[in-house]
Amino acid sequence: MTEITKEIVAEHGLTEGEYEEVLKILGRAPNLTELGIFSVMWSEHCSYKSSKKWLKTLPTEAPWVICGPGENAGVIDIGDGQAAIFKMESHNHPSFIEPYQGAATGVGGIMRDVFTMGARPIANMNALRFGRPDHPKTGHLVAGVVSGIGGYGNCMGVPTVGGETNFHSSYDGNILVNAMTVGLADTDKIFYSAAAGIGNPVVYVGSKTGRDGIHGATMASAEFDDDSDEKRPTVQVGDPFTEKLLLEACLELMATDAIVAIQDMGAAGLTSSSFEMADKGGVGIEINLDLVPMREDGMTPYEIMLSESQERMLMVLKPGREEEARKIFHKWELDFSVIGKVTDTGRMVLTMNSEVAADLPVGPLADAAPEYDRPWVKTPLSPVIKPEDVAAPNDLGEVLLKLMGSSEIASRKWIWEQYDHMVMGDTIQRPGGDAAVVRVHGTSKALAITTDCTPRYCYADPAMGGAQAVAEAWRNITATGALPLAITDCMNFGNPQRPEIMGQFVGCIDGMRSACNALDFPVISGNVSLYNETNGTGIHPTPAIGGVGLLKDITQMTTLAFKAEGDIVLLLGNLTGEMGQSIYLREIEGREEGAPPRVDLAAERKHGDYLREMIGKGLVTAAHDLSDGGLAVALGEMAIAGKIGACINLETDLPLHAALFAEDQGCYVITVRPDDLEMVRGFALAEDILLQNIGTIGHTDLKIDGGLTISVDRLRAVHANWLPELMSRPGSE
Amino acid sequence: MKAAVIVFPGSNCDRDLKVALTQSMGREPAMVWHGDSELPDTDLIAIPGGFSYGDYLRAGAMAANSPIMREVVRKAESGTPVVAICNGFQIATETGMLPGALLRNASQKFVCKDVDLLVISENERFVGGFQQSQVVRFPVAHHDGNFYADADTLDELEAEGQIAFKYVTPEGEITDEANPNGSLNNIAGIYNKAGNVLGLMPHPERLISEVLGGTDGKTFFDHLVNSIV
Repeated sequence: MTEITKEIVAEHGLTEGEYEEVLKILGRAPNLTELGIFSVMWSEHCSYKSSKKWLKTLPTEAPWVICGPGENAGVIDIGDGQAAIFKMESHNHPSFIEPYQGAATGVGGIMRDVFTMGARPIANMNALRFGRPDHPKTGHLVAGVVSGIGGYGNCMGVPTVGGETNFHSSYDGNILVNAMTVGLADTDKIFYSAAAGIGNPVVYVGSKTGRDGIHGATMASAEFDDDSDEKRPTVQVGDPFTEKLLLEACLELMATDAIVAIQDMGAAGLTSSSFEMADKGGVGIEINLDLVPMREDGMTPYEIMLSESQERMLMVLKPGREEEARKIFHKWELDFSVIGKVTDTGRMVLTMNSEVAADLPVGPLADAAPEYDRPWVKTPLSPVIKPEDVAAPNDLGEVLLKLMGSSEIASRKWIWEQYDHMVMGDTIQRPGGDAAVVRVHGTSKALAITTDCTPRYCYADPAMGGAQAVAEAWRNITATGALPLAITDCMNFGNPQRPEIMGQFVGCIDGMRSACNALDFPVISGNVSLYNETNGTGIHPTPAIGGVGLLKDITQMTTLAFKAEGDIVLLLGNLTGEMGQSIYLREIEGREEGAPPRVDLAAERKHGDYLREMIGKGLVTAAHDLSDGGLAVALGEMAIAGKIGACINLETDLPLHAALFAEDQGCYVITVRPDDLEMVRGFALAEDILLQNIGTIGHTDLKIDGGLTISVDRLRAVHANWLPELMSRPGSE
Repeated sequence: MKAAVIVFPGSNCDRDLKVALTQSMGREPAMVWHGDSELPDTDLIAIPGGFSYGDYLRAGAMAANSPIMREVVRKAESGTPVVAICNGFQIATETGMLPGALLRNASQKFVCKDVDLLVISENERFVGGFQQSQVVRFPVAHHDGNFYADADTLDELEAEGQIAFKYVTPEGEITDEANPNGSLNNIAGIYNKAGNVLGLMPHPERLISEVLGGTDGKTFFDHLVNSIV
C-alpha cells in the first residue's frame, strides 16, 4: 500500500493543517483512496471553504422560493402548480485548456443538475469572458467554446437562448465559461438528494466510468502557470447523445414514484454524489465498487471514486422497484447497476475485490470541511469622473460608430447563430434583446431569462459592481414586461488567499445583498470559481448573475425594436453624465478609470415597477435599458432591431457627449403610440418619475439634434461586422 | 386524417412536429418508436429533426438502418406521403428514398437562423398552399445541411421538377450570400421522382404562429393536411 508522504498530501492540495484534521477525524492515517476522497471533498470547488462565510449573508428566501441554495439547483413557484428550476455553473479551468470539451461538459453538467431535480430543461444561457480581442489565443478559444456549447445543447434539443460575452485582457490567461440551465417541473414532482430508507438500493445509471477528469475539482481549485496545458488529461469528454438518453430515461422513471433520492455525478463524481446523498439523509452508504460499470480494465478504487466521467447519476430507489427502473434504462440503452445500499452506520464503506477500499465517517467529511475567514482588504475606490472632466469629441457620429463596432457592444450574432435557439418551439424572444423569453409549453405565460455582470465596474468598486450586476439582470427582465423572481450567481474571482482578491469577493457580495434585498430578487442557487489567476495575475472580479422572471401573459411582451413610424421616444430616469468606467472612456480616450456609475436601488425599483405596469397596460411599444455605451448606443440598438430610424432632440444641461455616452443606471428608453403619451405621462407624474420626451421614430437615419446623423444601415453594418471579422483572422478556427 | 411521427433515440424535434401537426389536424399524430417494426395505419409519415443516434458514423446513417425505416421506405414506395425534415432529410437520403447527400456546412459551423426560400416546383400536395415562385420563410438549424449530388443527378432534379425549395434573398434571388450551408444550386429541399416524398433542411414546424415570429410553417402544414384529407 502506498505510504502517505508529505509530498503526496501536498499533491492532493491539502494543507498541513487540513491533513492534521484528517488524521484527527480518522484516528489513523488514510490510505490513498481515502486521501483522494478528502482531497476532492475539501477542495475549494466542492467545499466553498473560502466563500461560505460570505455566501451565507445573501438573501435566499421569498414567498415564491420553493428551494434555495444547497440542492442541485434552486426552485421557484411560477403558479398553476408549476416550478422553474435553475442554476448557473462555471467551467472555467477546463475550457481554457480544452475549449470545446470544457465548454460542452459545462453545459452537460448544468443540464444534469436541473433534470436531476425532475425538471425538463427548457432553456440554456451562458456568460462568457475572453481575453483581449487581439490576444493570440482569443480567436481559438472563442471558436472552441462557442462550438462546444452549441455542440452539446443543440444535440440535447434544448435551446440556447442567449447570454453575454466580454473581452478584456484580465482574462487573457483565464477565460470564464459560465453555463445556466432553466427547467420546468410540477411543484409536486420535485426530486431531492437526501438518501433515506435503511437497506434501500443505491443505483448507478448512465455512462460507464472511465479515467477521464480525475482531479478536475482539484484543478479548478488552483491557479494556472505556464505548464497548465499539461493538465489536458484532467478535462472530461462529453457525450450529449448519452445525456439526451439519460434525460429521457430519468424523466420516464420520475413519472413513477420509484425514486427516493437522486443526485448527478458532477465535480468529484461518485465521491461527491455519494457523500452528499448520505450526508443530507444522515445515513451511511455501502458500495461494492466491483459493480460500478467501467469503461476501462484495471481501474483502482482511487480512480473510480475520483473519475469525472460525464452523464452519470446516482439514485436511491424504493425497495423492490429495481426491475421497473432497470427496464426503463435498458430501453434507453443505458447502464443500470445496483452498486450498494443505504445503511444506518453513518459511514461510507467502499469495497472492491472483497476488500475494504475505504471506510470513512460521512458527517465529519462533508460537514467538517474547513471553513476559512480569509483576511481581506477593502478595494480602494476611484474618483468620480464628471462630465466636464471629459473633453468633447470632434465628431459624435464617429464616436457612436466606433462604439457600436467595439468589442463590448458589437453584435453577438456570430455566436448565437451557432446555437439552436428555437428547438422546443417556445422561444418567443430570441437572442439579441434585453432578455430571452421562453413560453411555458402549452400555456400563455413565459419565463424571461438573462445573464449579466459588468466586470470593469466590479473591479473599480466591487460593492457598486455587485449591486449593478443584480440590478441590470432585474432591469433586463423588466424591459420585456416580466416580473423578476430570483437569481442564480456564478462567482468568478482570483486567488482568495490574497487579501485584495478576498476584498473584491466580500465587496461584490455586499453589493449583491443590497440589490437582492431592495429588488426582492433572492439568490436560489449558485457556484463559486476561485483561483482564476495565471502567474499571480487575477481576473476582473466577475459575479455573473443569471436572472429569471415570469411573464404572466405573453401578449403583453415588449422587445427593444422600434416598432412604428410616429411612435414617441421617451427617456425614463435621470442622466448624471458621470463617465467613469464607461466604454466611451475606454474606446475613445483609452482610459479604464474612475468610479463606475452609481446604482440608486430605490430609483431602480421605482422606474422598473412603473415600466412593468405600463407594459402590462399595453401602453409601451418598445423598451430597452441603458447599459454599455449609454443612451446613444441604446437608441442605435433599438433602431437596428426595428430597421427604422428616429429623430432625437435631447434637452439637457449636460454636455451632449456625456448625456449620450454616460452609462447611467436605472434608466430605460421606451416608445409609445402618440395617442398613449398623455396617459403614460400621467402615471409617471403621479409617481414622481422623470419621463422625458426625446423624439419620434421615423426615416432611415438615427438623427440626434446638434450631434449626429447616421443611417441605420451603416450602424447595422459596423455593429454586425466586428465579431465575424475577428473570427475570420488566421488562427481563429 | 392520421399521421405518424417516427422517433429515434436522439430525435429532438419530434415534439415540435407533433405540436405543428396537431394544430393543423385537430388531432395528435401517432408517435412511433424506432424499434417498432410496424407502422400504424397512417396517411402521412413525418421524420423529425434532431441527432438520431448522436449523428454517430454520419448524420442519419444509423437511423436509416433501424427496423422502422424499412417499413417507412416500403410505405413511401406504395405512395404514402412522407415529409422528412432536417435530420429526417439526412435519414431519407441515407435510405435512398431521396437522392444526394447532406454534407457538413461549408462554414464548418452549426447554423440556426430564419432563411428565405423560393418555392420552385409545382407539387400540389406539399406546396399548394403557396404560389409558385413565392418567397417563404422557415428557420434552419443544422451542422450538416450542405446538399450534394453528382452533376447528372443535379441536372435530373432540375429537369424533372424535383427541387422543392431553394435558398434565396428576401427578394427571391438565388445568390451565394443567401445560401447558409453551401448547398449545390442553393437547394434546400427536394422531392423523390414520384413526388410523394419531400425532404428539406429548413424547419416549417418552427414558424407556426405570430408569437414565434411567423406563420409560413402553419400555411405549409394546414395545406398538407387539407390536401391529404
